[in-house]
Amino acid sequence: MTELKEIQRLEGHTDRVWSLDWNPATGHAGIPLVFASCSGDKTVRIWEQNLSSGLWACKAVLEETHTRTVRSCAWSPSGKLLATASFDATTAIWENVGGDFECVSTLEGHENEVKSVCWNASGTLLATCSRDKSVWIWEVLPGNEFECVSVLQGHAQDVKMVKWHPTEDILFSCSYDNNVKVWADEGDSDDWQCIQTLGEPNNGHTSTVWAISFNASGDKMVTCSDDLTLKVWATENTGMQSGGGFAPWRHLCTLTGYHDRTIFSVHWSRQGIFASGAADDSIRLFVDDDESQVCQLFIFIVTADIHKHKQFKCCNLCAY
Amino acid sequence: MTLGLINANPVVHAKKERISRSEDPHAVDALDIYDFVRDIRDPEHPYSLEQLSVLSEESITVDHELGRILITFTPTVQHCSMATVIGLCLRVKLKHYFPPHYKVDIKVSPGSHADEESVNKQLNDKERVVAALENPNLRQLVEECLYSNEL
Repeated sequence: MTELKEIQRLEGHTDRVWSLDWNPATGHAGIPLVFASCSGDKTVRIWEQNLSSGLWACKAVLEETHTRTVRSCAWSPSGKLLATASFDATTAIWENVGGDFECVSTLEGHENEVKSVCWNASGTLLATCSRDKSVWIWEVLPGNEFECVSVLQGHAQDVKMVKWHPTEDILFSCSYDNNVKVWADEGDSDDWQCIQTLGEPNNGHTSTVWAISFNASGDKMVTCSDDLTLKVWATENTGMQSGGGFAPWRHLCTLTGYHDRTIFSVHWSRQGIFASGAADDSIRLFVDDDESQVCQLFIFIVTADIHKHKQFKCCNLCAY
Repeated sequence: MTLGLINANPVVHAKKERISRSEDPHAVDALDIYDFVRDIRDPEHPYSLEQLSVLSEESITVDHELGRILITFTPTVQHCSMATVIGLCLRVKLKHYFPPHYKVDIKVSPGSHADEESVNKQLNDKERVVAALENPNLRQLVEECLYSNEL
């Protein structure tokens, strides 16, 4: 029977912790596992696991840069750069220089709070989104330079999260307007367009969509919402190489009744389990039930109830 | 910034009598919560939310087992643009009192506002709430509403 057990509680942040991200270049080949966390205290903390004791300690505090809540953080695929998105309307890029983190670039342009930042699989593109309803795509240039190549309008309200597809340069965004949008570069001159919208008519969510996550192969994704459901979506092909172009995403199933308050976070691990975190203070894990082909495809296998968090109001999940 | 008040002639009601009540968060009932919030000043007028009938004892329900509080308030006019400010005031005031695991839902009472759904959605989106409270002007207005009686 699978069990979820708390192994350590990390203190340090002096305000709500909004999000965290595992450094993908760590945790194997003898390199200690590292993750970054970001907070309402305007800082980002870097945490490292000790190889022998297994205990976690704070290795660095990235401060005096953001002037408001840091909402989201994301390591580049190489693990060398960390992008941090803030309510101060900027996105900062940090580089690890011999154990110290330096802010090497600041991306400006959004009119108000930046909610999410995400690197594409090759680390050549960065996406950000904001309460200003737009999604920005930035190209990563040599010398830690970043150039905005597209400003995507289309959502009618705040954009809560952006997520690149794990293998293709296709961008997904989800919003306070209850929709998920899919964006792709149509030509070869940065002509980014919305190629699909997943809304209520497509069996989509009926309230704010807070997060998106893909399975490892990129043929399924899961979204979570203020409407108290999780939805799993699927696509036919995983590559544009098939020559047929983009295959639309379709609704596969809706998971209802597992959370009774807003579901803020969902993450699909490489091992095939996905986890959801909600305002009802619980985490649920789901696994694909191979037997059935229709709706109740996924069953929850464990719930960890996290009551009475003294400091943290939300529970964000990154499953490694 | 508009020069005229949205509702220049609000109806003002008498304050109800107060009885001293328990201090422990787990023993509080709806009336105790009402005591905390009844004196919050309206953003536009020098009267409390109670006096303007924005709030009443019936506005509040609390479930201690689940740790849930629901407050519904009635703006003085259908197109009140101060509804979100009043909602923020309520949220900030209650946060000071209850432990963080108590969930607070704040809504306008059904039929009392032209943009009821939109206002309710904003008031209960935690990201929007935090971002609004980081806005110094809004923060100041909220604090004036909460603490003006103590000045």
